[in-house]
Amino acid sequence: MTLLDVENLWVKFPTRQGVFDAVRGVSFTLGKERLGIVGESGSGKSMTGRAILRLIRPPGIVEADHIALEGRDLMQISEKEMRGVRGQQISMVMQDPKFSLNPVMTIGDQLVEAYRLAHKSGRSNARQASIAALESVSIRDPERVMRAYPHEMSGGMGQRIMIAMMLIPGPQILIADEPTSALDVSVQRQVLSIMDDLVTSRGMGLIFISHDLNLVADFCDRVLIMYAGRVVEVCDADKLHQATHPYTRGLLNSLPRLDQPRGKLDVLKRDPAWSDAPSVSGRA
Amino acid sequence: MSMLSVENLNVWFGRGHDRVNAVQGASFAVDKGESFGLVGESGSGKSTILKAITGLAPTWDGKITVDGQELTQGRVKSFYKTVQMVFQDPYASLHPRHSVDGVLGETLHLHGFRDIDARVVKLLDDVGLGQKFRFRYPHQLSGGQRQRVAIARALAAEPRILLLDEPTSALDVSVQAEILNLLTDLRAEHGLTYVMVSHDLAVVGHMCGRLAVMKDSRIVEVMDVDSLRARRAEHPYSQELLRNSVGA
Amino acid sequence: MSDQTLRQWLLSDTPTSRRHARMAAFYKGWLSFRGNSMAMVGLGILVLLGLVALFAPLLAPYSPFDQDLANRLKPLGTEGHILGTDSLGRDTLSRLIYGSRITLYIVALVALIAPIAGLLIGTIAGYVGGWTDAVLMRITDIFLAFPRLVLALAFVAALGAGIENAVLAISLTAWPPYARIARAETLTIRSSDFISAIKLQGAGPLRIITKHIWPLCISSLIVRVTLDMAGIILAAAGLGFLGLGAQPPSPEWGAMISEGRRFILDHWWVATMPGLAIFTVSLAFNLLGDGLRDVLDPKDSGQ
Repeated sequence: MTLLDVENLWVKFPTRQGVFDAVRGVSFTLGKERLGIVGESGSGKSMTGRAILRLIRPPGIVEADHIALEGRDLMQISEKEMRGVRGQQISMVMQDPKFSLNPVMTIGDQLVEAYRLAHKSGRSNARQASIAALESVSIRDPERVMRAYPHEMSGGMGQRIMIAMMLIPGPQILIADEPTSALDVSVQRQVLSIMDDLVTSRGMGLIFISHDLNLVADFCDRVLIMYAGRVVEVCDADKLHQATHPYTRGLLNSLPRLDQPRGKLDVLKRDPAWSDAPSVSGRA
Repeated sequence: MSMLSVENLNVWFGRGHDRVNAVQGASFAVDKGESFGLVGESGSGKSTILKAITGLAPTWDGKITVDGQELTQGRVKSFYKTVQMVFQDPYASLHPRHSVDGVLGETLHLHGFRDIDARVVKLLDDVGLGQKFRFRYPHQLSGGQRQRVAIARALAAEPRILLLDEPTSALDVSVQAEILNLLTDLRAEHGLTYVMVSHDLAVVGHMCGRLAVMKDSRIVEVMDVDSLRARRAEHPYSQELLRNSVGA
Repeated sequence: MSDQTLRQWLLSDTPTSRRHARMAAFYKGWLSFRGNSMAMVGLGILVLLGLVALFAPLLAPYSPFDQDLANRLKPLGTEGHILGTDSLGRDTLSRLIYGSRITLYIVALVALIAPIAGLLIGTIAGYVGGWTDAVLMRITDIFLAFPRLVLALAFVAALGAGIENAVLAISLTAWPPYARIARAETLTIRSSDFISAIKLQGAGPLRIITKHIWPLCISSLIVRVTLDMAGIILAAAGLGFLGLGAQPPSPEWGAMISEGRRFILDHWWVATMPGLAIFTVSLAFNLLGDGLRDVLDPKDSGQ
């Protein structure tokens, strides 16, 4: 079943030198799956995630034939209706939880507020649900965390709290933009497996935006590889290492590997044709 | 004889109740021309060791010897002609209002060189940037280009030891490959000794001959890169790091 | 070089010399400043003010001091006196034109003294830290604790009335906020990697403060100074109004309001015209400051 259907998405920024196209004609669908979007900085991967939620600030412009969430075109609805979509139907987890949580409110208050906004329930009810939400992201001492302020949390804890909070309204889709890049490797795995469990058990769709090819290969079902605002290749995540596009190959080869010592690493040679070729469709 | 040796190094911040011990009892030695890695998670104290060596972390005790000379608490100017450092974030390590020419020119001036123009040209060529970047400001450069400027600045003094604090962790993988290759070439050309801090085992495995694994402000294990590749770590924490490092 | 290529040369991303790089950076700043129409209005008014001050003897129809008691308190639009005359029959327009010189003189002097003193004290306190910081900042606090006009009044009362003393008094009350800003900026800049990097080249504190910290503090100070200009003009006018700034018969705008006060009910224009002049110039400085903030703020530049 298709949750999200994006057709011919463009994100444009007018600049002094002319219009800069950050995303150029990207199309894909998302079912109840984990879809990875990989690319280097400036490839337009984050812009794609934000454009779906119409979070591109002016003067940036989002254009698309349609961005259909279960058949409803998000391009056609008003900003007020869009606010109902954000958070309630599509949630987003950002790279650094420090900037996403309110620093002067306790975590408990923020969770309770999020729950009551979504479910119109009483305070004690919301509190129970918040504690349950924290437990679902493997926080051992939820009572203590409820009383704490965001700055008292480590990066990994903060990110788990963010995930718990984003899942409270029961959205159909979670967009995770580099959710683990600021974390240590060991914590990274832990946060990912928690996110994975929650997303699969609830039958949600996940868009996982990352620069880390290996992480995406391990964690996702399907991968879009973006370059210069276009999708250059779509492949199953477990077959990422057999990818054929020279850009994807170049990225894979430029990684140092412990099992294959080399004197020099392969350097990616960029071909201007890559950015001119039409975007590959990511429709399942 | 070792180029750099650290014995029983303790580094702390604050005092009294607020005292935080960032490094405790760290010891290692790096031979001339060797490349040595420091691996660990954030907060393990690996970058603090570099700060203590360069004098940026003023409160330390223990013994640091550079090229046979034991360091005192302060640093004399000539020290910086031997030891230089490349910082993690190329977006933060260049002055936003100074052009590339300004950065390199001032550095050369501070080290007492006279032929500044010729040397700026040569430094830019050495790091593969070329002349057209000479008068640009940092905001006109990409992350990789900025890091090349930072490397050129570190090389300006013609140092013998280069301390590298996660030099590629803020960069894309394709740019990381370019910078790592550049560092490999420079080490061969100038006979440099490297101490490289990283959280990425694959990067350290690629760049270094030996490495120390740090956890909670202590060095838990020193091993050579062959044991790393064969995944023969002794300490349980190093084993865990190896397991967790993706694709390594 | 044709017009088009000059523009391209200035917008080049690959400058070929130090001069080229500096001019290109300047031109890009100018372009983004020009995009702000309100700031351009502010700049326009101030340029006009500068020209008026420069060519005052040519522009003014009368001498600002010539009294004509037969023609006193003439209303607006009187033949030969467009803005009317004051209680001694002096032409208000001429007095306003000559008064612009005094206003500019005050503004320029305060703008030189206060921010530079604040910058020096703030950056030294922020960079050196410890006891120096504590002592310098407590002195700043003491100055901040006084009401501005009262401190200026006390100072002028001690030194005697006059424009120079008014300028000194205003500067004395104006520097502490600048010191605060400079110190706060220094504290964030001090711990950044590029300062560590220059320390590793053996640079001393003097070089770090003057060459690395000042350039980053100055832009926010310039913005703050332009925004404060309105307040400074008003403070000068206030001192003039109280009779402690410029002395009669000098055509200082504040003093003119003060003289007009006595007739405000029957001859409102005598006090209103200099008031409008103060208002316009203050507004112009505020608009300019807003535009400069967009161009100079280091947090936004680099885009």
